[in-house]
Amino acid sequence: MAVPLRIRVQAEDFDAAAEVRRLTEGRMDIGAVVTFTGLCRSEEGRLAALELEHYPGMAEEEMTRVAEDAVRRWPLTGLSVIHRHGRIAPGAQIVLVVTTSAHRRAAFEAAEFLMDFLKTRAPFWKKEHGVDGSEGGWVEARDEDDSAAARWTES
Amino acid sequence: MKLVYFAWVRERIGLSEEEVELPADVRTVADLLAWQQRRGERYAHAFEKAPFIRVALDRSHARADQPVTGAREIAFFPPMTGG
Repeated sequence: MAVPLRIRVQAEDFDAAAEVRRLTEGRMDIGAVVTFTGLCRSEEGRLAALELEHYPGMAEEEMTRVAEDAVRRWPLTGLSVIHRHGRIAPGAQIVLVVTTSAHRRAAFEAAEFLMDFLKTRAPFWKKEHGVDGSEGGWVEARDEDDSAAARWTES
Repeated sequence: MKLVYFAWVRERIGLSEEEVELPADVRTVADLLAWQQRRGERYAHAFEKAPFIRVALDRSHARADQPVTGAREIAFFPPMTGG
């Protein structure tokens, strides 16, 4: 049976509980649900907002490629990935990953794998807007994100 | 061929997309990055750290040695910072 993949890129906020319901409703074979939600930090009160730019079309395609990879590697029963774009205020949600499986290990590992690869492969870029009205510039990619993604190919 | 730009690459060039005819000797992603550096001040600035710039051919990540011939849309952008 094909594993349901829900991949979305949207400006609107999302409801993690509703996404979990969509993946679990009416099913008796799921023993584990893992959700990860990424939020916008204020960076000690410095930020008024993050602006997320994306490459429409490629963002969805790349997220789908990463999701299909996760489904090949772990026995998942479903997964949802939602990534927002546009202006996002501190405290607001940016990204959601939900994975479901019969057992917890697959759901935990797949969720972490998805986040590691979304960070390094999905075409999104964050720009900072300061509370003082300044444009703080583009967030720089971190080497830790590359090494987090690389560890999945070592084993 | 359509070239598209994102984030600070887009800001430095001052364009989000353009149509271009590539010179015949631009065959790979690496050739294309070197050609971009020679297209004037804005391009030189945007591509000053060319190996650092990521390239996608028809919405797929591409390596430096990959051929660009036949691609319809080529995108240039800094390392991604989503998630």
